[in-house]
Order: sequence, then C-alpha cells, then structure tokens
Amino acid sequence: MNPEELHQLAEQHAHARTQIPHRIRVCAGSSCMGLHSDQLVNAIQRELKQQGLEKTCPVSGVGCMGLCSAGPLVAIDPDGILYQHVSEADVSAIVASVGNEPLEQLRCPTDIPFFTRQKRVVLEHCGQIDPERIEDALAVGGYTALLTALTEMTPAEVITHVMRSGLRGRGGAGYPTGLKWTTVAKARNPRKFVVCNGDEGDPGAFMDRGVMEGDPHRVIEAMAIAGYAVGASEGYFFVRGEYTTSVKRLRKAIMQAERNGLLGANIFGTPFSFTLEVRLGAGAFVSGEETALIASIEGRRGTPTPRPPYPAEQGLWGCPTLINNVATLASIPPIINHGSEWYASMGTANSKGTHVFALTGKVVNTGLIEVPLGTTLREVIFEIGGGIPNGHSFKAVQMGGPSGGCIPAEHLDTPLGYEALQRIGAMMGSGGILVLDDTSSMVEVARFFMEFCMTESCGKCVPCRVGTVQMHHLLTRISTGTATAHDLALLESLCDLVQHTSLCGLGRSAPNPVLSTLRYFRNEYEASLTSTPSNELIPLTARPPAPPTQGPNGKGA
Amino acid sequence: MKAARIAPPSEDKRWRVIDATMRRHGYHAHALIETLHATQESFGFLDEDALRYIAATLGVALSHVYGVATFYRRFTLKPRGARHTCVVCTGTACHLKGAPALLEALQQRIDHDPTNPPVSILAARCLASCGLAPAVVFDGKVVGNLTPDLALERIEKWLHHES
Amino acid sequence: MPSSVRVKTLRIDDLDVAGDEQQTIFDVAVEHAIPIPTLCHLDGLGAVGACRMCLVEVTSANQTRLQPACATPIEEGMQIVTNSPRLQEYRRMILELLFAEGNHVCAVCVSNGHCELQGLAQSLGMTHVRFPYHYPQRSVDASHRRFVVDHNRCILCTRCVRVCAEIEGAHTWDVMGASSQTQVITDLNQPWAEAETCTGCGKCIHVCPTGALFEKGYSVAEMHKRRQFLPYLRAMREREP
Ligand SMILES: Cc1cc2nc3c(=O)[nH]c(=O)nc-3n(C[C@H](O)[C@H](O)[C@H](O)COP(=O)(O)O)c2cc1C
Ligand code: SF4
Ligand code: SF4
Ligand code: SF4
Ligand code: FES
Ligand code: FES
Ligand code: FES
Repeated sequence: MNPEELHQLAEQHAHARTQIPHRIRVCAGSSCMGLHSDQLVNAIQRELKQQGLEKTCPVSGVGCMGLCSAGPLVAIDPDGILYQHVSEADVSAIVASVGNEPLEQLRCPTDIPFFTRQKRVVLEHCGQIDPERIEDALAVGGYTALLTALTEMTPAEVITHVMRSGLRGRGGAGYPTGLKWTTVAKARNPRKFVVCNGDEGDPGAFMDRGVMEGDPHRVIEAMAIAGYAVGASEGYFFVRGEYTTSVKRLRKAIMQAERNGLLGANIFGTPFSFTLEVRLGAGAFVSGEETALIASIEGRRGTPTPRPPYPAEQGLWGCPTLINNVATLASIPPIINHGSEWYASMGTANSKGTHVFALTGKVVNTGLIEVPLGTTLREVIFEIGGGIPNGHSFKAVQMGGPSGGCIPAEHLDTPLGYEALQRIGAMMGSGGILVLDDTSSMVEVARFFMEFCMTESCGKCVPCRVGTVQMHHLLTRISTGTATAHDLALLESLCDLVQHTSLCGLGRSAPNPVLSTLRYFRNEYEASLTSTPSNELIPLTARPPAPPTQGPNGKGA
Repeated sequence: MKAARIAPPSEDKRWRVIDATMRRHGYHAHALIETLHATQESFGFLDEDALRYIAATLGVALSHVYGVATFYRRFTLKPRGARHTCVVCTGTACHLKGAPALLEALQQRIDHDPTNPPVSILAARCLASCGLAPAVVFDGKVVGNLTPDLALERIEKWLHHES
Repeated sequence: MPSSVRVKTLRIDDLDVAGDEQQTIFDVAVEHAIPIPTLCHLDGLGAVGACRMCLVEVTSANQTRLQPACATPIEEGMQIVTNSPRLQEYRRMILELLFAEGNHVCAVCVSNGHCELQGLAQSLGMTHVRFPYHYPQRSVDASHRRFVVDHNRCILCTRCVRVCAEIEGAHTWDVMGASSQTQVITDLNQPWAEAETCTGCGKCIHVCPTGALFEKGYSVAEMHKRRQFLPYLRAMREREP
C-alpha cells in the first residue's frame, strides 16, 4: 500500500459509514460475552432480516464498552442510544425502535459521570468499531500514525516524540517508555525484536484484554512504529493462552494488515519491513516478567533470570529486545497523531497521559475505565464508580493486585500517579482497582494475595519459593486467631527479607499487600493475636486450592 | 542439521497438526511450547509417547520437555476424567463476592457423592468477567452473579440427567 | 579471548580492585581473597542466581541495590559491601528457610560434616530455625546401580542439572513443576536406573552441595565430594571449536 491508497481507503470506508443511516453495536467484550451477547448479535441479525433492515442498519459485535456491570450493552448509532441488561426477548423491540422513539425502560443513561468523567485515548475506538474488520479501523484513522512515522519522521524523531510525551510503562513498573526505546535503538546489533506483553496474569485485571479484543489494529500499528523507531523488523505478541478471543482477533488483524501491505516488506513503499507473530502463554503468571517472558518465547521454563543483562541489551536469542505492555503501545499512535505536547498536557508532573483501569469489587459501576492521571481515587470510586452499593461504606481500595497495596479512606484524595501512589504504600501496578467495603477483613485480603504469590512463584529463588509459604502460613494463623505477637514480628522480618532478596519482581513485591495493610490496618492484625500460642498444627500448604485449569473462556489458574 | 525425522507414535491423524506446527517453526528447539500447545489441544493431554516424540523431533532433552510441560498450567500429563467441568473463578473480584463459598459448596457436593459424579470442580484465576462476579464456567459457558444454591442447581442437572 | 578486553576498577569493602569486564563480582572477590558465601554457584558452571546467599550491597550511580555476586558482571566505579550485619542476617534467614523447607536430618546423612548447607549454617552462625518446618513428603530414588537421589535433602540449587547439561552433555537432569512443588527429575521423571540418557559419569554426585546426591556404599558422614575436575573440564569445553 502506498500513502495515497491509505488515505483513499480510509476516506472510502469513512464515507461508507456515513451512507448507512443506522448501526447497531453489541458489546462482545468478555464480560458481556459471558452474558451471551454473541447470541444477541445473531438474534438482532435475524430480526433485521425479518424486518428488511439488514442493508440500512448493520449490526456488529464490538469490544468492551466499559460499563460491564450493566451488560450486555447494545448501542444505536448515530443516535447515541445505549441499552443495558439486554436479553433476547428485547431484540424485536430494539430493532423496531431504530429510527423511532427509544425504549426508555432499557435505556442506560450516557450522561452519567461514568461516561462523562472518562477520557478515552487508548480505548478511543474500543467498543466503537468492529475489531474484526480492518475497514473499520481504517475508517477511524488506523495506521495513519504509522504512515506519519515512516514517511515524515526519522526513527530518532519518533523516539524524541515518545520521550517528550512523558509516557511511562503501563505494565506495572512505570519505566519511561522513550528511555527504553532509546536503549534498544542505541544497541548495536543487526537483529532486534519488539515484544508486546499481553500476558496479563494479575487476577482482577482485564485492561489489556479489552484493548487486544476491542482494537487489535491499534496495537499492531504501534508495534510497527516501535520496530521502526528502535530498528527491529521482527515482533512478537505474547498473549495469555487463555485469551482465546484476543488471540483469534490479533491473528485475524495481522493477516488483514499483511494483506493490505501494512505489515511485511517495504511498508508504504519505504525501506522499512516488519513482521509479527503471536505466541501463546501457557498459564504461568510469572511469565509476564520480562526475562521469564523471553524464556517462554524461546520454549523454555518461564523462570526469571538475573538482570543485568537487561532485555534491552540482550533479550530474545541474545538480541536487543524492546518489551512493552499492550496499553503502553496502544498509547503510541495518538501520541504521533496528536503530538507529544497534547499527551503531556494530561496528567501530573511525573505521570503523564491517561491510564486504563479495571474497576472491580464493592462498587456500583464495575468495568473498564480510562482517566487522565492525576484524577483522584475519590473521583474514580465515587463519581465514575458510583460509590459503594448495598448501604455499605468504603473501607479501602486495593491497587496493583498481588504486587500492590491497600489505600484507606484518608488517602482517597491522592491523585493517581506513579510516585504519589508509591508514597502512600501502594502502586499503580497494571491497573486493577479493587474496592473494599466495611465487610472486608484486611488480613484476609493480604492472605488472599499471598496465596496467589505462593502458588505462582516460579520456585527458582529461595526467599520467594519458601518465604511466601511461610508468610502465607503466618497470615493464615493470624486470620484464624492462633498467632502471637512473636508471629507478627516474624511476618514483618520475612516481608523485609523477601522484598529485598528475591530474584524477580514477583517475590520482591509479594510482601506489598501485607506491608500496606499493616501500615494502615495494623489494629486488625493485632486484634486477632492471642497471647497463648496454640499447639494446634496448621499444615503448611503450598498447593493451589483446587486443581489448575484452562477455562475455554477463562484466564485459567 | 538434525538427525532424520522419526515417525509419529501412531497412525492417528492428529499427529499431522503437531508435525505441521514443528515444521512451521523449522524444527527449532524454541518451538517446544507451541508444539505442546498443539498437542494439548489435539489430544487433550500430553502422554509419554507424545513427549518422547516431540523431544526427539525438536532435538531437546527429555527432562527439558518434561520440565516445561509441568511448569505451565495449561499442560496436563493425564486426560481429564470427568465429562463435565465446572470452573470456579477465584480471582480477586470473585473472591470478594463469595467465590470461596461457591467452591466449597460445589466441592462438597461432589466429594460427598458416593456415585463418583461426572463433574470435575476446578479453580481459575479471573475470567476477566469481573463485572459478573462471582462467576463460574459450566462446560465452557460463563455464568455470573452466582450464589451457592444457583451453582448447585446447575450441576444437579448434570448429576441427574446422566449418571 | 579477544585482545580488547576492558579493565574495570571498583571497590570491594575497603579494597580498590580491578577486573576484566567479563568477570563477575564474585570472581573478582575470590581473586582478592574476599570471602562471599555461595550455594548455587560453582566455579565452572553457568550462574543462575537462585539461592541468594551471595547477595552483596552494590552502590552504583548513587543507587544501592542487593545483587547476587555470582551473577552480576562488574562495572566501573561500583562500590561493594560484602558482609554488612544486614546481609549476614538475610543469609542466616535464607538458610533457615532452606532447613525448614526440606527434611534435613544431618545426624543420619552421608554428607554430615562435608555438607555445604551445614557448613554455611555453622560459619554464618545460624544456630536455630525460627520458622515451622514444612515436613514435605518427598521420595528417595535408589534405583540406580551406583547412585541415589534423596529429594528430602535437595535444596534445588540446580548444580546437578547444569553439570550434566553443560559439562557432561547428557542433560539427564532438569527441574519439574513450580513454586514449592519444584523438584529435580531424571529424563521423563523416571527412576534414575531407567533414564536412558545418563552415562553414569557421576559428575552430578560430586557437585551436589548436600547429601541429596550420593554414591551407594557410604555410610553416615562418609561421602566426600571431589570437584577438581570441573574448572579443567570447563576450560577444555571452551577451547573446543
Ligand atoms: C511477576 C511479574 C508479572 C508481570 N506480568 C506482566 C504482564 O502480564 N503484562 C505486562 O505488561 N507486564 C507484566 N510485568 C511487567 C513486565 O516485566 C515489564 O516490566 C513490562 O512488560 C514492560 O512494559 P512497559 O514498560 O510498557 O510497562 C510483570 C512483571 C512481573 C515481575
Ligand atoms: S522471586 Fe519468585 S518468581 Fe521471581 S525468580 Fe524468585 S522464585 Fe521465581
Ligand atoms: S551421572 Fe553423569 S550423566 Fe548421569 S545424571 Fe549424573 S551427571 Fe548426568
Ligand atoms: S540434587 Fe543436589 S545438586 Fe541437584 S538441585 Fe538438589 S541439592 Fe542441588
Ligand atoms: S464487556 Fe461489555 S461493557 Fe465490558
Ligand atoms: S475475578 Fe472472577 S472474573 Fe475477574
Ligand atoms: S551463589 Fe549466587 S545466588 Fe546462589
């Protein structure tokens, strides 16, 4: 494809969209799919045929629309009508209402803070376009950033752009993306790789899945831009094996991109060539850690290795390798399209741009949200999230999953940002926001995450492999009221050991949930201590609660 | 490069899929996980014959293949016995909204059934359907907002209709 | 070795030292007779950085981090502390965790008195274990004509795996499972006697730091391990084209 063709195609498809009076979008994100929205699409299709509307009102399944708790969601364009909790029984009425009076009883208001307070950059097309059609992606400007980068910018200029945008890694650590790109670009090696980390193993996190399922072309475009910037011509998508829909859509999107000359040799007639392959994760949380991820792609056990050497210097097959998270990459095309100043104008001094979060737990609205960094937790939970349901009150919010921490009410006005969260003992993590109400026991929350780390430890280094078993044991004793003050002291010294001596981030961050709950809810720990140590033996279990699995639609254990 | 290809363990047509996977990756050692994925998908588990065949064809050590196959949770060395599966999400959101009680109720129902019921109860971590928490996958279908009673009701059907 | 090897200078404890860029902190420390305890590391085998015994405090570019001496290449200007009270405490705790994890009954072990785990506990002053013991159920495989593996005493250092793959070239050993269910295996987790790749060379026996691998015919405290062969064989392997 040459640049003119891209513009023509984009215009043609955009024009085609305007020619159709109405469109129906059905959410086919994972949560709505769980409520059988795929059957809704078929039912609507049948009904449209029956009413003779299939030409004037096409229906398509789209990625997550965000408000999963109101699913399945159905939207009517261009009228901006959104229907919630739709069932098959509603289909004929919905189809009949197209272009007429909307069905008030099914309507989901779109002027609520959940929608109005968000700023969708990464998710801008997620839920809007049919992810399985490249035409839809092109119609909304897909691949124009790649075109700009390849034809109007040098690789160094692309990196400067990313650097200026202030974008930081969304995979958890918040490492400046531009800096990482520079390191790989500077490495002198004829062969380099770009890897997109879509392993998303954090329980309660589904941001990356939302992006890969909802707008796969966005990530592909970003990987090609990254490849151009750092001088790599090969890329890998490393996707959680259980994300079957993501894998299917990514593979399809790669094929469509190849067929349209947007991947492959001499893209847009330039000397730049780029190929992409999908590799499946096989059900190990730790293989999202970058050195373990490399081992997995190379067909080995996904155990981390000491850094240095860093993957940016010696990664896949010893070659310099750029590893970025899905959402990090998905932020790149808008940065190229709208400029780094535009991106940097959102957020705080050190945390720029927007961030996608998975909002779950004891909160009215659960789902996928995107807000500018600097938004406070209070706004996220009480405005966007709609507060705590069932008359309960807010107790804490857990951020960052098993590597993160709990934040109490007194810090609700903390603006979301890497350093700001770190200062109060939590972390941005990958973007899971779990709201806890007054019924939650904080010791139990800490025990839950420790159990996760214990079973997900790769087993390589001693502090993590053995220390997590011991910490889990102590937490179980505390939560069952059989621990003494001495046990609590032992727990604290283990936290210190495991945090500072483990080989990789899993072990190093495993104590975080304990440390943060101790910091803010120490009284809950102390209240359950006993002064008479019991002789009862609690077995030191290190086995998962039930056999691991691979749910067809699930993330597996 | 490598020694002559050896023949698959049996005439089973499914080996063609596995062979094709290895060929696509040029019979490189790094194709191991992709090949195990293909085998797991085709046969439902990885038996000793399969592991030996893959090790020999890709030229990797037997112990290495075994180590990889047992590191990742997607791979199983034995066939799954039960006809029905019931996968309880034990991810964070579901945990908070009552997954432990679901798991316990289902497990107890199965454990205390003398007839060796055709259902296996499994645990998964986050089905990425947290909006539906607590969620369970019954034979591949996600069902959300469950209570122990509702979940038991579902498996009762399996227990009575075919045992 | 290329002639362009660069020399780097650094400071270990109170000593200014130099090494070439290929060397690790541990290599340079050994050359200057600075002791750093190790367990998974063995000269002649690839480094894995798994046991964390050799952690040292490394200050570089105004940041202090704990790094495994055995697996960290030296850098210009590094400041290294090898034996602070904090490091000593961490090392003792790691040993305690190892003792609690397996079933180490030294009094009846063939390696009693020659065991590296036991030796480190003595030299680092680890006198008792503060953590509850796991008492795992682990097996002993005595199927081999000459060798025995007693998993109760295995600390998962993977020296056996590395010597067998890197030096002997048989790759009989590897690691299976994950988390606390990790275990070393021969071939497809078969009895050792049935492992067709094992040449019976005995290298793994001699690199094992504990009594987990031993030769038949020795009684309590009789198993001495000899590893002089290792640096020599490594050098020979590297010379091969
Ligand atoms: C145990 C562990 C699991 C991780 N899992 C993921 C993951 O699933 N997805 C991800 O993007 N990053 C994950 N990370 C972070 C990656 O190691 C890496 O920092 C990230 O992919 C870099 O991309 P970024 O700079 O764009 O954030 C994980 C880290 C650790 C220690
Ligand atoms: S910290 Fe845990 S997961 Fe990481 S290398 Fe050590 S044992 Fe493995
Ligand atoms: S005896 Fe030699 S070949 Fe056999 S397992 Fe030990 S090191 Fe490997
Ligand atoms: S058997 Fe010995 S050498 Fe092998 S991992 Fe265990 S302790 Fe280390
Ligand atoms: S999956 Fe439909 S709104 Fe999230
Ligand atoms: S925690 Fe159960 S679906 Fe996410
Ligand atoms: S000796 Fe360095 S980590 Fe084990």
